[in-house]
Amino acid sequence: MHPWLPFEWIAATRFLREGRTQSLLIIVGVGVGVSVIVFMSALLSGLQANLVKRTLSSQAHLVILPPEDVARPQVSGDGALVQKQAQRLRSIDQWQALRARLETLPEVAAVSPVASGPAFAVRGDANKSITLIGIEPAAYVKVVELDQKMVAGQLRVNAGEAVIGIELARDLGASLGDKLRINAGSGATDTLTIVGLFDLGNKAANARNVYVGLRAAQSLLDLVGGVAQLDLALRDMYQAEILAQRLHAETGLVADSWIKTNAQFFTALTSQRVSSNVIRFFVALSAAFGIASVLVVSVVQRAREIGILRAMGASQGQVLRTFLLQGGIVGFLGSLLGSLLAALFLALWRSLAVNADGTPMFMIEVPGSLVLIAAVGATLVGVLAALMPARRAASLDPVVAIRG
Amino acid sequence: MADSVLRLTGIRKSYQSGDSQLAVLHGIDLNLARGEFAALIGPSGSGKSTLLNLIGLLDRPSDGHLYIDGEETSGLPEATITRLRGRRIGFVFQHHLLIPAFTALENVMMPLLVDRGRPDATMRARAAELLAGVGLAERADYPASKLSGGQQQRVAIARALAMRPALVLADEPTGNLDTHTADDIFALLREVNLREGTTFLIVTHDPRLAARCDRIVELVDGQIVSDRANATG
Repeated sequence: MHPWLPFEWIAATRFLREGRTQSLLIIVGVGVGVSVIVFMSALLSGLQANLVKRTLSSQAHLVILPPEDVARPQVSGDGALVQKQAQRLRSIDQWQALRARLETLPEVAAVSPVASGPAFAVRGDANKSITLIGIEPAAYVKVVELDQKMVAGQLRVNAGEAVIGIELARDLGASLGDKLRINAGSGATDTLTIVGLFDLGNKAANARNVYVGLRAAQSLLDLVGGVAQLDLALRDMYQAEILAQRLHAETGLVADSWIKTNAQFFTALTSQRVSSNVIRFFVALSAAFGIASVLVVSVVQRAREIGILRAMGASQGQVLRTFLLQGGIVGFLGSLLGSLLAALFLALWRSLAVNADGTPMFMIEVPGSLVLIAAVGATLVGVLAALMPARRAASLDPVVAIRG
Repeated sequence: MADSVLRLTGIRKSYQSGDSQLAVLHGIDLNLARGEFAALIGPSGSGKSTLLNLIGLLDRPSDGHLYIDGEETSGLPEATITRLRGRRIGFVFQHHLLIPAFTALENVMMPLLVDRGRPDATMRARAAELLAGVGLAERADYPASKLSGGQQQRVAIARALAMRPALVLADEPTGNLDTHTADDIFALLREVNLREGTTFLIVTHDPRLAARCDRIVELVDGQIVSDRANATG
């Protein structure tokens, strides 16, 4: 009997220890439930992080574009037939000032101006349609980690230099140091040296994207001094759509978030998360019923002891807390066991889910925060599950309970 | 009546039984002075247990007044009643009713523990002293479930005395014991009564035991039919 523990703690731990088999079984039961939840959470967040990284590494979280051209007919009314305006390539008005302002927003991690437009890459007889992308490399790599995707040469776009994808290099039969002729839609042409090859992990991007210096792109695309879009990286990528709507309202510019441009992918992520939450909820619910049923039995078994405690002057509150604590302790111990089991499952998973070369397919760990959340959550669930049996114990009539 | 430990005036108790009221006690008047050693006898169904539950503050009378140590108890809130019960009244039951998850010493400490909330050294010392008083000093650290019936009842008596109660209620305290052990237990109750001046009210079926009390109160059909001093006690 530890001197610093209150009566409720002493009684709760003694009762649990006395009902050894029951206590052990329910702790293992809760542990299995917690391990499923922890394992699933770790697996899912690992999978999602991996998916998001692979899918979105060649995209900005948010792209700012100039407003669309709209037709402004000079006569209005039912009779007027108005043709939709064709969209020409044009610059964002006063993009330097906008860029400076965006960089001060707390949500924004980086801003990269991009001058991009359609062009043809010509080498010998080969002629490929490409997307010409003029960038400031220092700013651009903070939005798209292009420097991490280089497979040959380097990411360098000084005057007369270009970086192309491995697919385009294969199509054109070109390699590092070769010359490439770019014909832009405006009729402007330029000859560039290939100084780097990248692999964005996406065949279409590898076949189309050609990175050049911002100035080179501006002159080829007839956008001198202008940029076609601002690419943004955000601190929290899931805030992209909210920020996009706010920026659109404030500036009148078009703001496209990755959530909107990848709507199906985002829906898949969301529904995965929702279905896993549903599973987690039901696992927690069944653990709670397990705890409750064990405690209900315990209250019936201990009716006489509860009666005698009440006769000796134990208050209803003391009896209530004694049983609530038992629920909490079972939940807490179960969560520790569960986290341990989950770590074992993950170790097993890591040894099974490997790439052909033996490296793990993707990194999954049980983060400390997840263990903490599981411990707090399971303890709370335990206390809640104990509520009904504990109230029943507290409201026992000592006369009836003692008579047995 | 300054030295009255227990006073009942016009105590009635009836239970709702279907549509009708079932009256169990019909106006009980009783007074116990400090240090008395009294027996409550009567046939089964006479209302002894009901009366004992009322006196023990485990149940409330339908009518009448009940004073413990001069304090009127009717109308007190449940929490106050519980505290009063814990501090002023000790219970010794027929079935010993120790808490098996605790040792003998811890069982004796239990009333002090629920009253003060946390264990401390003085509680332990008091419990050890009480255990020694019932001759079980060397069994202090035994789990309660490992003790014999007579030993369990001794622990229960020590426990009943832990709070230095004004009144100890014993419900058939020797009912479950063999004659020899029953005599020992009864002698122990008497010894505590003489040594500590604790007031006892003992419910018993056993006329032999009742004859050894100072006073015999007889209950029949919910009424006290005789209340006499016992010269041989």
